[in-house]
Amino acid sequence: MAEPLLDIRGLQTHFHTFGGLVKAVDGVSFDVKAGEIVGLVGESGGGKSVIGFSIVGLIDPPGKIVGGEIRFDGRDIAKLDERAMRRVRGREIAMVFQDPMTSLNPVYTVGRQMDEVLRLHTDLDKAARRARCIRMLEDVGISEADKRLDAYPHQFSGGMRQRVVIAIALLAGSRLIIADEPTTALDVTVQSQILKLMRRQVEDTGAAMILVTHDLAVVSEMADRVVVLYCGRVIERGLTDEIIANPAHPYTRGLLDSIPRIADRQHRLRQIPGTVPDIRSIGLGCSFRARCSRAQSLCAERSPDLAHVRGSLDAACHFPLEEAAR
Amino acid sequence: MIKRLLQMMLVLFVVSVIVFLMMSFTGDPVFMVIPIDSTAAEIEQARRLLGLDQSLFSQYWIFLSNLLQGDFGRSYVFRQPAMDLILERLPATMEMVVVAMGIATVIAIPLGVYAGANPNRAASRSIMAASLFGISLPGFWVGMMLIFFFSVRFQFLPSSGRGETIEVLGLRLSIFTADGWSHMILPAVTLALATLAIILRITRAGMMEVMRQDYIKFARAKGASRRHILFAHGLKNALIPVVTIFGLQLGDLIAFATITETIFAWPGTGKLLIDSIYRGDRPVIVVYLMLTAFIFVVINFLVDIVYTLIDPRITVK
Amino acid sequence: MNRLLSSEFVYNYRRNIPAVLGSVLVLVFAFLAIIGPFLVWQDPYDVSQLELMDSFKPPVWLEGGDPRYLLGTDGQGRDVLASIIYGARISAFIGLAAMICSCVIGTTLGLMSGYYGGTLDAVIMRIADIQLSFPSMLIALFLMSAFGNGIGMILIALTAVGWVVYARTVRGSTLGEIQKEYIQAARVAGLSDAQIIRRHVLPNVLTPLIVVSTIQVGSFILIEASLSFLGVGVPITEPSLGLLVKEGFDVLFSGIWWTSAFPGLFIMFLVFGINLFGDFLRDELNPRLR
Repeated sequence: MAEPLLDIRGLQTHFHTFGGLVKAVDGVSFDVKAGEIVGLVGESGGGKSVIGFSIVGLIDPPGKIVGGEIRFDGRDIAKLDERAMRRVRGREIAMVFQDPMTSLNPVYTVGRQMDEVLRLHTDLDKAARRARCIRMLEDVGISEADKRLDAYPHQFSGGMRQRVVIAIALLAGSRLIIADEPTTALDVTVQSQILKLMRRQVEDTGAAMILVTHDLAVVSEMADRVVVLYCGRVIERGLTDEIIANPAHPYTRGLLDSIPRIADRQHRLRQIPGTVPDIRSIGLGCSFRARCSRAQSLCAERSPDLAHVRGSLDAACHFPLEEAAR
Repeated sequence: MIKRLLQMMLVLFVVSVIVFLMMSFTGDPVFMVIPIDSTAAEIEQARRLLGLDQSLFSQYWIFLSNLLQGDFGRSYVFRQPAMDLILERLPATMEMVVVAMGIATVIAIPLGVYAGANPNRAASRSIMAASLFGISLPGFWVGMMLIFFFSVRFQFLPSSGRGETIEVLGLRLSIFTADGWSHMILPAVTLALATLAIILRITRAGMMEVMRQDYIKFARAKGASRRHILFAHGLKNALIPVVTIFGLQLGDLIAFATITETIFAWPGTGKLLIDSIYRGDRPVIVVYLMLTAFIFVVINFLVDIVYTLIDPRITVK
Repeated sequence: MNRLLSSEFVYNYRRNIPAVLGSVLVLVFAFLAIIGPFLVWQDPYDVSQLELMDSFKPPVWLEGGDPRYLLGTDGQGRDVLASIIYGARISAFIGLAAMICSCVIGTTLGLMSGYYGGTLDAVIMRIADIQLSFPSMLIALFLMSAFGNGIGMILIALTAVGWVVYARTVRGSTLGEIQKEYIQAARVAGLSDAQIIRRHVLPNVLTPLIVVSTIQVGSFILIEASLSFLGVGVPITEPSLGLLVKEGFDVLFSGIWWTSAFPGLFIMFLVFGINLFGDFLRDELNPRLR
């Protein structure tokens, strides 16, 4: 099998705050192959976004990448200096942010903000850049792109702005797109349009995508593989279909059970008891034990390592769920 | 736009009423113009000549219609049209104000951007402490100390007056001669200090606010350089409060120029105002105030226009 | 007020070196202004205590200095330090009194403006807008030139300049407050406007008031000093720090710097101390005020 496009090994990103050391990402490993969509899932505070920002080297003090490798296309980009990293950002790896209302600069036209990417990463002349921006806007489904290019962000609706953000991310032909909760801030009706758009664009350009989200429903629609995070660690990963059908980790099960299903009115909506613990106060043992119905004494003594369970599934649990647990 | 112009007229009208009323309370100017040994009849005649024997309302009416006709009265002291006196000195004041504003802006904005972008660095904290010092300084005292060091102690720069002027576009300006600059630099620096500190603090506050925004992070994710992010993405957004303060500060500079001009014997309008206050030269004070009011109204209007240039979300009301 | 005394505030205060430095400065100056006259041996305005022989003595550490005159003397043989301490009392009094006057008037107008709204609000705020577009220094200068010198006149001029900031701040806070439901409830319960304002609105506008007041005192002291320097401030019989600097100006060119340098330095540290403390209060109590 070919080497994956992105291979993260043992990534650790810590924050030194007044309240103590926060291990926001604590030994996370997963990979992304070219043309693949990988979903990073977890509750808020689980360290999903921090992973995204770690990959593009946008962790600001008091945060710092303290360990692990981020191998992109064979080289460890975590070790690159800021100058070299700038050539990766936007060119090789692009990002889509959560809130389209705030991720565009209000004082510049959409065209100028798109043009910026091409100016930074290509040698095209002005006319060629403009032509490419227009084509890109049309690709993401914005009509009258020629005119819209000279409009300011506040003249666009939320969904339209996210289309622009996606257009910007795709513009330089990046091989990896990191989408951080790209639809969370949008209306439900717009959400699926944007997801479809992103999926199609990834397929058309052959780029890979990391989809950071708290929403397993979104992941099941979009992702080829899923990585489930809890308290800064990977607790389960595998092919989407397998995880959705038969998760091995009780936490993943809990997440799945909390999704409302219209088809199944009888199904009781369950929620995971308790809340995500303060990462600083976990100590020894499994971080999920306090909320887990299957926890035993071993869970408090030793933190489980990620291990192969069955099929494509790896899980970090001393007592993984059996297949067909229901 | 029309509404805006009417508003400006209203402000000027209100100012004219206030100026007129205040001036009517300040003693009897008739004694400023007549010889000390005048007879009662002569006083009465002078009074009639000045229109002081009429009611307050009709005096104001005369005052206003004179103003509108471009007759701004004659100085009691110089026996010249007050407006001419002021216009003659206006270039001196304006060039000092402009130079001071230039000094303040050129230093304050980069420092403010730096301090706002790196709020936790020791250098930023020092900049902020220094700027707080700057707004605590009595400007007149700074000017005196500069005179003492550079003129009295080291005899390095002239302590007073304006340097050699040359005529540029019909204005006599001193900023194009070396002698002019040697006279200009101390008063301009004195005048600039407080404004520098204030613009710096506003720029920093704006930058701190802006640098937290998502679009800054998004610009970084595009691979833009830090310099480009600070000045193209950050500063333009942070400039909106800076522009407000810029307009107000321009006004403050004109006001404080009175003090600086007094210290450095700078032959500008500010010194003329203070001299006229001492001498009770009412027409000159009135014209000065009306003219400054007019300048401020224009500045405020320009500030509003600049807003729309910076921020596409704002339109002129 | 409870928030003021809460432990977090005190904790942050003690960790904030500039704030501590600022308040120490302010306390030292307050101390000097109150009991200073008992500390210096000379009353600079009692002619019988002055000796013309001792005029223009330099500070004690310079050649020709006299140990009786720590910071030197002026042309009439007055101890500069004693003049500063007497002058600081006048400056501090004017700063505080002007702050109180403008606070009372500005707060009242701001409360009325915010609470009643309508035409009253429009008129007050329009006046405030117009006034704010002119530099306060110029307005004060103009008023003083019309009134003539005198401490009372300065207070009037500074109040006329300073009320706007209070009125605006208080109006803003009042508007925010009266929209809240408990005010509606109090209205329904039949409390009079005066009661509602006094019991519910006023306590909630106190925090910004404290911040504004601190900064205003410093700015009033500076404006007063500038006016007095121009000769349109305090009368010669009651010299504030600004007037002392002015008197020193005439002899500066003959190399006698101490009669103007020290009073100015004193103004600077006084205002700097107030501003340091005010800056801290603002960050701590109301981060959004600028």
